[in-house]
Amino acid sequence: MLAAVWLCWVYYHAIATTRYSDPVEEVLHFTGTGAINLLLLSLTISPLIRRFRLSPLFALRRPLGLWALAYGLTHVVSFILFELQLDWQQLLDALISRPYIIVGFIALLLLSAMGVTSTRGWQRRLGPRWQRLHNSVYVAAPLVLLHYLWSLKTIGLEPLLYCCALLLLMLLRRQQWQRWWRRAMP
Amino acid sequence: MTGYRRSSFSLPEHMVTDEKVYQSRRTLLKRLGYVGASGLLAPRTSLASGWFDDEPETAFKTVPLDAQAAPDVSTSETLTPEQRVISHNNFYEFGTAKSDPKNNAQGFKVDPWTLQIDGLVEAPYSLGYEDLTTAFPLQERIYRLRCVEAWSMVIPWIGFELNALLKKAKPMSSARYVAFETLYDPEQMPGQASRFVGGGIDYPYVEGLRIDEAMHPLTILSVGLYGKTLPAQNGAPIRLVVPWKYGFKSIKSIVRIRLTDTQPPTTWNRLAPQEYGFYANVNPAVDHPRWSQASERRITSGGLLARNRIDTLPFNGYSEVASLYKGMDLRRYY
Repeated sequence: MLAAVWLCWVYYHAIATTRYSDPVEEVLHFTGTGAINLLLLSLTISPLIRRFRLSPLFALRRPLGLWALAYGLTHVVSFILFELQLDWQQLLDALISRPYIIVGFIALLLLSAMGVTSTRGWQRRLGPRWQRLHNSVYVAAPLVLLHYLWSLKTIGLEPLLYCCALLLLMLLRRQQWQRWWRRAMP
Repeated sequence: MTGYRRSSFSLPEHMVTDEKVYQSRRTLLKRLGYVGASGLLAPRTSLASGWFDDEPETAFKTVPLDAQAAPDVSTSETLTPEQRVISHNNFYEFGTAKSDPKNNAQGFKVDPWTLQIDGLVEAPYSLGYEDLTTAFPLQERIYRLRCVEAWSMVIPWIGFELNALLKKAKPMSSARYVAFETLYDPEQMPGQASRFVGGGIDYPYVEGLRIDEAMHPLTILSVGLYGKTLPAQNGAPIRLVVPWKYGFKSIKSIVRIRLTDTQPPTTWNRLAPQEYGFYANVNPAVDHPRWSQASERRITSGGLLARNRIDTLPFNGYSEVASLYKGMDLRRYY
């Protein structure tokens, strides 16, 4: 799949050093924004199916979610290996005292839980609780964006576009949100 | 009958392509290119940060500069390769990504240039483009540069001490601060023309130093690096270098230096006062509110696997400036 080839290509060049001035910043930015892209893409599948009856697209939803998780994990592993260079004390400090790191970490935990339970077996075992668990993507996605915005020195065009995209994806689900609201507030 | 016949190749005035449009044809082609290439989603084209950056005819020109080596104020640490010094830049006037300045500043015009020195001085004066490299004897100084984002470089600058330029203007005794200002030219600097490109900074970029900091012999105005005049993306034709402060203090492409009796506003402090102070001295003991300043990644020639995290030193290792801040609480005056 394209996502895997692309990832290998960037890491090859980062290690070979010829292409990037700061390979560490390059891979962190690439895996971070890559994870956001894939996550948002996975969230466009259901609205597309509903609106245009494109049910064959359904087969793409799980791989997209899993690739978003893979990019997120690569992002964190790269941060620890190449940015902090295994300075565990600094990692611990960051996890305790740096809000944007904490937010990103929570999002990654949620995505990991969804990744692990994404198999048919887990779907069967969890029953109705499976959907509830996987609805946490609606918590994870805003957290991922918050993590990104919070890490920047100034907010340019790119992060604003990401926010608009997420907002649009949520608006496309407004009927589900209304239903959920009515059930939550009888 | 002396008939006037239009030759087959002549065009009426209204059909001639305006020069501006003609000159921007590449920009237009580029924009079309963005759409086209992203449609293909081919990694080779869509990944490179500057997709069409091989355009020799627009490349910014630098010329060799002679300078006296200054070993007593130079570090002997491993230099950051020139290629990295000139392609990894924070210069938001040309875009917020590190590769943007190099990609967007190639057409930047620095000749003619006027640098105005005025304010609380007895003899205000100005320097033209030629004067910048000839008015004062040039030295080569190898300094560490520590960015507030916790990476650092080692760069061979060419320049002269700021105090030489200031003394020539005969500062009045009432002058207590020095204010610096970058060129404001939205037509050349896309970041100034659009808040989305320039990160929402209130331009022109301004910086300031206390007069004793400005007069310190380590503080230089740089007109070159690696033996040549400055590339546009590094702040051509003249920029400040204050090696013991975070990089954002070292303002680029300066058009005005003004002596004042009150502390001048500074760009990043105005944007986020709780994160960036007026002093901005490199200090491992005072973290940025969002990240640690205790250590840094030294960018040299290594790739992703380089072990280049080193401890950050107070005043970036230039401990001789510590006396300037005697008795000051550096946690408060960060």
